[in-house]
Amino acid sequence: MRFALTEDQIDFRDAVRGLLADTCPPEAVRAAWREQVGEVPGGGDGRVRAAWDALAEMGVLGVMVPESAGGLGMGDEDIVALLVECGRVALPDPISSTAYVATGLLRDHVAGDEAAGLLGRIAAGTATVLVGFPGSAHLPAAATADVFLMCDRGEVHLLDRSGVELTEVISVDGARALGTATWEPSDATVLVGGEAGSIAVTRAFDRAALGVAAQLVGLGQRMLDMTVAYASDRRQFGVPIGTFQAVKHQLADASLAVAFAEPLVLRAASSLATGDPDGPVHVSMAKARASEAALAAAAASLQCHGAIGYTVEYDLHLFLKRAWALAARYGDADFHRDRIRSVLLA
Amino acid sequence: MDLTWSESEQAFREECRTWLSSHVPSAALPSGDTREGFSVHVEWERELHADRWAVVSWPEAYGGRAASLWEWLIFEEEYYRAGAPQRVTQNGIFLLAPTIFEFGTPAQQDHYLPRMSAAEDLWCQGWSEPNAGSDLAGITSRAVRDDAAGGWRLSGQKTWTTRGAFCTHLFGLFRTDGDAERHRGLTYFLVPLDAEGVTVRGFGRLDGDEGFAEVFLDEVLVPDNPAEDAASDAATASMSRGGTLGGIDQGWGVAMATTTSERGLTLRSPGRFRATATRLVDLAKELDASGRLTERLADRVVDAWIDAEAYALYTLGDVTGIVEGRSPGARSSYNKVFWSELDIRLHRAALDLLGADAEIDGPWMRGYEFALSGPIYAGTNEIQRNIIAERVLGLPRK
Repeated sequence: MRFALTEDQIDFRDAVRGLLADTCPPEAVRAAWREQVGEVPGGGDGRVRAAWDALAEMGVLGVMVPESAGGLGMGDEDIVALLVECGRVALPDPISSTAYVATGLLRDHVAGDEAAGLLGRIAAGTATVLVGFPGSAHLPAAATADVFLMCDRGEVHLLDRSGVELTEVISVDGARALGTATWEPSDATVLVGGEAGSIAVTRAFDRAALGVAAQLVGLGQRMLDMTVAYASDRRQFGVPIGTFQAVKHQLADASLAVAFAEPLVLRAASSLATGDPDGPVHVSMAKARASEAALAAAAASLQCHGAIGYTVEYDLHLFLKRAWALAARYGDADFHRDRIRSVLLA
Repeated sequence: MDLTWSESEQAFREECRTWLSSHVPSAALPSGDTREGFSVHVEWERELHADRWAVVSWPEAYGGRAASLWEWLIFEEEYYRAGAPQRVTQNGIFLLAPTIFEFGTPAQQDHYLPRMSAAEDLWCQGWSEPNAGSDLAGITSRAVRDDAAGGWRLSGQKTWTTRGAFCTHLFGLFRTDGDAERHRGLTYFLVPLDAEGVTVRGFGRLDGDEGFAEVFLDEVLVPDNPAEDAASDAATASMSRGGTLGGIDQGWGVAMATTTSERGLTLRSPGRFRATATRLVDLAKELDASGRLTERLADRVVDAWIDAEAYALYTLGDVTGIVEGRSPGARSSYNKVFWSELDIRLHRAALDLLGADAEIDGPWMRGYEFALSGPIYAGTNEIQRNIIAERVLGLPRK
């Protein structure tokens, strides 16, 4: 029994945290807002692209890619720990979709040279791959994606950019660069079908939910860090507002929610990695609590910042809006509670 | 991460389960917070001790099995899963004992610990006073030097002392230096309650049981700790009349070591909440079978279940850290707030499932009444949230 990241995982996570702090500061996220659809993932002025390249160089995009295809050959726990860091800096998508969900799907459910080639391009940072699910029509960074893995009626279909018709959708979070994809399933587009198809779709959905849950934990921690720093500095009535118990207790409560969501996220990653039959329930626990925790952190952070937090000049809104978007992505807390209930009270 | 138990840990679990299944009383014992129930519970404690289950993580010489922290968690899980009786010895074995292991002299350890594990000495905690609850450093009970008698004279009043009317000994803080700043000048004393000058008066708690006591001390003599080279008979005689832990005027630091145990792991292992969550789910299923489970109630059951899981996992992280030499420190306040409020949610959900039957005397209402004390004792949750804000998050104190 050992419930913690390994020393190697912590070292890797810390390195990624440092890299992202340098390459994806709030200005980079803000820049991705200005030009939503561009040449690069998340659009913007090239800074997000540079962060993406740096992540490829460090091996982050290929964490789950087999070594034979140019990756690091690691697993769910490794990538989930790093997705927390991506959430912390509000890295514009599609890191989770590409480096976790699509990679896991290609690695675990598709054999052959085509999959290996695509995995190699993911690891190298030269292909972004989106995974679409029925009921989640909007895809982040849609216009710049290279490959679409669309799940439909228990099958996974592979389409390139020419195979989908994209329509831009405006998100509350401008860095999301959302689009809807219209496409036609055909025998020629089926990548995984039959019994294997529905297993692959279920697994991919669990990974999608967990990848976002990890990002939400990072977002929650970041918003709280920003708010603690602000409340320690901002003075009213002659003292820092962080000395007021009404402020302290709001932040303590939000940090409690985040602190108890994080182990659920790590456990779910471990369960998916080991093929635990309770994996889907564990994912739902993680996503339900991570969604609620990030929303709680967002609400407390906005309130404790006061008016400055309610401006677009200040950075907080970049994180708030990402949290709002991701909290409902791949099932909000209610959706996942229902999923747990159907097993627990069966 | 490795969320599996080793073969020897699984064997330990099996051994726990087997013993418990053949020893746990089939009918619930009367409350251990009543005079009659307490003595029945002490008998149970002696039964645990006879087969070395009372303090599994302690050294064998003191009645334990030298079990690892992991094995202790397993024991706790099995204990609560089996529906075994409440531990009326908990304030001794979970709160005082860690302090004796850390601060006691070898002679004190040899004297007090075996008697504690055997439920011969039954300890209560003497911290709160009428005017010092959350503000523990505000205590005014004092200890005055009596050189002629070779010890300290303790005077003052302790209150809300859990099971104080039934216990044999009290550990508590007393002011040894009246001139020192509040947190200094306190000393951690061990006091037998049959000493001359001690008066104990039990009184009813919210749940109606005489689980609280006031303890009045009037110039109670507690001897100095025996010298290291004292003859063993003389040392034993002295220690049976009480003593001090961790040095004169050092009581605050010694007490804080105990509060970390109290807030965190040792007092409230996750096994208890998981067992309660399982019973809650069973209750919900019964209602569901008769078509009376509403969506809202089902959601609360699911939420309570998730939280019991989250607490268990958080604890696994704590234990991993402790085993590898990382102390949870102020983060133990997270545990305390979380388990105490979870316990209320679990019981409140059960009462709401029971509906109008909830008021009828039964385990859920009794459990609810007890759960309501959780956010108050061991440092109120308001104090815990201050600690989280200041010492975990780093917000300014002033």
